[in-house]
Amino acid sequence: MADALLTLEGVHTHIGPYHILHEVSFAVPRGGVTMLLGRNGAGKSTTLRTIMGLWKASRGQITFDGRPIQGLATPDIARAGIAYVPENMGIFADLTVAENMRLAATNGPFDEKRLTWIKELFPPIGTFWDKAAGTLSGGQKQMLSVARAIIEPRRLILIDEPSKGLAPAIIAAMTAALKQLKDTDTTILLVEQNFAMASALGDTVAVMDDGRIVHAGAMAELAADASLQEKLMGLSLEVHQ
Amino acid sequence: MSETAIRPRLVGPTATERLGKAAPLLLAPVLALIGLAAIGNPSVWLTLTVAGLAMGLMIFIMASGLTVVFGLMDVINFGHGAFVSVGAFVGFTVLAWLSGWTQNPAVVLNLAAVFLAILASMAVTGALGLAFERVIVKPVYGHHLKQILVTMGGLIVAQQLIHVIWGPDAIHVARPPSLQGSFIVGEAAIEKYRMLAVAIGLVLFLAMRHVLRATKLGLLVRAGVENGEMVEALGYRINRLFLLVFMAGSALAGLGGIMWGLYQETITAHMGSEIMVLVFVVVIIGGLGSIEGCFIGALLVGLLANYMAFLAPKAALVSTIALMVAILMWRPQGLYPVVKAK
Amino acid sequence: MINTLLSGDRPNSRPLALLLIAIGLCLAFAPFLFPGTKPLDTAARICIFIVLVASYDLLLGYTGIVSFAHTMFFGIGAYGVALALGSLGASFLAILVGVLAGTALSCALALAIGLFSLRVKAIFFAMVTLAVASAFAVLVSQLSFLTGGEDGLTYRIPRELTPAFRLTDLRIFDVRIDGRLLAYYLVFFSALALFLVMLRIVNSPFGTTLKAVRDNAFRAEAIGYRVVRYRTTATVLSAAMASLAGALLAIWIRYTGPATTLSMEIMIDILLMVVIGGMGTMYGAVIGASLFILAQTYLQSLMASAEAATRGLPLLPDLVAPERWLLWLGTLFVLSVYFFPDGIVGRLRNRG
Repeated sequence: MADALLTLEGVHTHIGPYHILHEVSFAVPRGGVTMLLGRNGAGKSTTLRTIMGLWKASRGQITFDGRPIQGLATPDIARAGIAYVPENMGIFADLTVAENMRLAATNGPFDEKRLTWIKELFPPIGTFWDKAAGTLSGGQKQMLSVARAIIEPRRLILIDEPSKGLAPAIIAAMTAALKQLKDTDTTILLVEQNFAMASALGDTVAVMDDGRIVHAGAMAELAADASLQEKLMGLSLEVHQ
Repeated sequence: MSETAIRPRLVGPTATERLGKAAPLLLAPVLALIGLAAIGNPSVWLTLTVAGLAMGLMIFIMASGLTVVFGLMDVINFGHGAFVSVGAFVGFTVLAWLSGWTQNPAVVLNLAAVFLAILASMAVTGALGLAFERVIVKPVYGHHLKQILVTMGGLIVAQQLIHVIWGPDAIHVARPPSLQGSFIVGEAAIEKYRMLAVAIGLVLFLAMRHVLRATKLGLLVRAGVENGEMVEALGYRINRLFLLVFMAGSALAGLGGIMWGLYQETITAHMGSEIMVLVFVVVIIGGLGSIEGCFIGALLVGLLANYMAFLAPKAALVSTIALMVAILMWRPQGLYPVVKAK
Repeated sequence: MINTLLSGDRPNSRPLALLLIAIGLCLAFAPFLFPGTKPLDTAARICIFIVLVASYDLLLGYTGIVSFAHTMFFGIGAYGVALALGSLGASFLAILVGVLAGTALSCALALAIGLFSLRVKAIFFAMVTLAVASAFAVLVSQLSFLTGGEDGLTYRIPRELTPAFRLTDLRIFDVRIDGRLLAYYLVFFSALALFLVMLRIVNSPFGTTLKAVRDNAFRAEAIGYRVVRYRTTATVLSAAMASLAGALLAIWIRYTGPATTLSMEIMIDILLMVVIGGMGTMYGAVIGASLFILAQTYLQSLMASAEAATRGLPLLPDLVAPERWLLWLGTLFVLSVYFFPDGIVGRLRNRG
C-alpha cells in the first residue's frame, strides 16, 4: 500500500465481556481523506476510540508513521500527532470558545495566521469567542470541535460523524471546510453515515459491518458502483444526492 | 461560507434563567438578614455573623479540596478528615517549637509563627496526600464503594497513628497573645482570631478562583471536571493533574485543620472526622465539583450554625440537616452541579 | 431439611461449613461451654451483632446501597424497648410494645429515607445518611428529658430474665438455670430466627431481583422491575432487622445510651465486620461479627501483655497497646478490601 500513515492489522477490541472489533485491518494513506463507513453499531466509533487508546486493543497492531501505538496511553497517542473529534464533540461547555481553543493549542501560543484562517472557515468561532461553549448550537459546537483539532497542525485527524444531527445547510458548510482542510495536506480518517458527504470528500474508503471490515478500496470505485453500495450499506448514491 | 444565510444570533439568557443563576448568590445575604430579624440585637448579630463567616470559611477551605477531587477524579475520599487532624497536630507541634515567638506579645512574631505552622501543616498533609493517593486511592479508581471503604479505613489508621505519635489525650492549643481577645465595634466584641480566619479564607477563595479562571492549570481542572477523557485526547496526562489536585486538596484540609484547631483551642485525633459531617453537608449543598457552590454552602452552614447556637442550641445540627434537605429538594444535585459530559 | 432451613443457601465450602457449625455450637451451648459473666456477655453480643451486620449486608451486599444511618435504626430499636420498660414497668408486654413501636418508627424513617434517595445520586445518598445519623445522635443526646441524654437509660427487665429467677433448682453441667440463662437463650433463638429469615429473604425471588438491581439498575428497570420499590423495600427490611437487634441489646445489657447504639464507632465496626466477613453472603456477617467481637474482647488483653513485654523499646509499645487495636483492625480492613474483596467467606469458598 502506497505510503500509509496509519495502519491497523488484525485489531480486536473487547469492551467488558463483549467482543466488538474482529480482525480489523485497513490502511489510511498519507495526505488524503479515508472514509470509514457502515451502519449504526458497525463498530466505526469503537475503531476510532481504539486508535486513540480510549479502548485498549486486545489483539493486533496499530502503526502510526512507522511507530506502534496500540499499547500507548491516550495523551501519548495525541502527542504523537493525532487529533480526535469525538461523536459527542467533547466540547467543554463551562469553558469559553477561546478557552476550548487555548487548551487544544498544546504547543504554545496561537499561530495568528492559522487562527484567522480557522475563523474564516468557521465564523461562529470568532463571533462567540468569549462566550461559554455550552451556549452554542449543535452545528456551532461541531465547528468548534473540528476547529480545536486543527488549531495546530496535526498529521492525522480522526473525525467521528461530524454531520450527525445537523441541518443540511450546516452539513454543506462543514463539507466545504473539510475540503479546504484536505487541501492543506492533512490526513483525515472520517467516520460518516452520510454517503453524499462521504463521496464528496473521500479518496479511500473502508466499510464496516458487525465489527469487521467488509470492503476496502478507492472511493471513486464505490461511488460508481450502485449495486455494491446497496449490498454494503443498503442504500444507493442517487437516493442521497 | 458566504452562501449560507445563517447569521449567528447572540441569544442572551432569559430573565428567569438569570434569576435562577443569581438565586444561590442571594442565599447567604438573605440568611444573614433573617438572622438579624431573629436575633434582634445588632451587636450580638454582628458578633455571631463574624463567627459564622470565620467558621464557614474554615469549612470552605477544608471542603474545597474534597469537592474538586470528586468533580475531577470521581473519587470520594471519606478519609479527608485525616488530613484535617494531621494538619492540626503538625501545626500545633510547630507552634510548640516556636514557643519563643508564640508567647511574645509582638504581632509580627505571632503572625510569623502561625504562618510557619500553616506552611508546615500544608507541606506535611500535602505529602501525606501524595502517599494516600498513590497507595490507597489509585488502586480503586472507578469503584465508589471501595473508595468509601478504603478511605474510611485510612482515616481510622491515621487517627490511631496520631494517638501513637501524639498521645491519646486532647491537646490544648493556645492562641498567641496578639491573636487573643477582641476588637470592640460599638457594642459588639469581634474576636481578633476570627477576623484573621475570615481574611485568610477570603484570600484563599479569591486565589482559587483566580487559579481556576486565569491559569492553564485551572483550565485543565475545569475541563477535566467535565470530560477527563477529552482532556487526555488533547494530549494532557490527566493522572498527574489528579495527583496535583489531590495533594492540593489535602494541603488545604491541613490548613483548615490548624486554623480550626486554633479556633477551638483544642485538638483531638478525631476532630477531623467530627467536622467532616459539616464538610459533607457543605459539599452536598454546593454541588460536587463546584468551588462557588462550596463557598456559598459553607457560608450558609457557618452562619446558620452560629445563629442557632445563640437562638436554639439544641437544634443546631438538626437545622443544618434541614437546610441541606431543603436545598436538595429545590436542586437535587446541589446549588451549582457540574454537568458531566458523559 | 437443612436445605430448607438455610433456604438453599448452603455454605458451599467444607472449611466454611465447619467454621459456621463450630460458631453455631459455641453460641448454642455458650453458658455450658464457657461459664462466667464475660464469656456469656461476649456470646450474646455476637448473636446480636450477627443480626445487625446481616441486616447491613442485606442493604450493602445484596442491594448495593451504601448507608451510614444504620446505627440510627439500631438505636431506635434499643430506645423503644428502653423507654417502654422504663415507663410501662418490667413486663413482657412492655417489651412487646417497645419492640413494635421501635420497629414501626424505624420502618417509617427508612421509608422516608428510601424515597428521598430517589432524588439524589448514590454518592450524595451516602453522605446524606452520614449527616442524618450524626444529627440524630446529637438530637438524642440533647433530648435528655426523654432519652437520658449522654447518660442513657437504665431500667428493669422482667424478673424471669434476671439472675434472681430460678427455673429449676437443678444444675446442668454445674450451671444454674436462672433468668440470665433464659435471657441468653431468648437472645440466641431470636437472633437465630432473624438470621434465618434474612437468609430466606435474600434467597427468594425478591432477593434475586435485588442482586440484579444492585448489578445493573438500568437494565433491571428496562426489564420492568421498579427499582425504587425494591430498593425502598430492602431499606425498610434492613432497618426493621437492625431495630430488632437493638431491642435485643436493650434487653441483654439492661442499659441503652448513645455510646452503645448510635455512635460512629459502631457504624465503622459494622462496616469492618461486613467487609472482613464477606459482603453479599450473609454468612460473612456470622464470621465477621464473631471474629470482631472476640478480638474486641480478648485481643486487647493479649495486646496488653505485648505492651508490657515490649516496654522500653522505642515505638513498639505504643503500637501494640490495647487501645490501639483499631489501628490493626483498620489496617486489616484496608488490606481486605484490596486483597480479599470477597471477605473471609469468599476466600474460603474459592478454596473449598
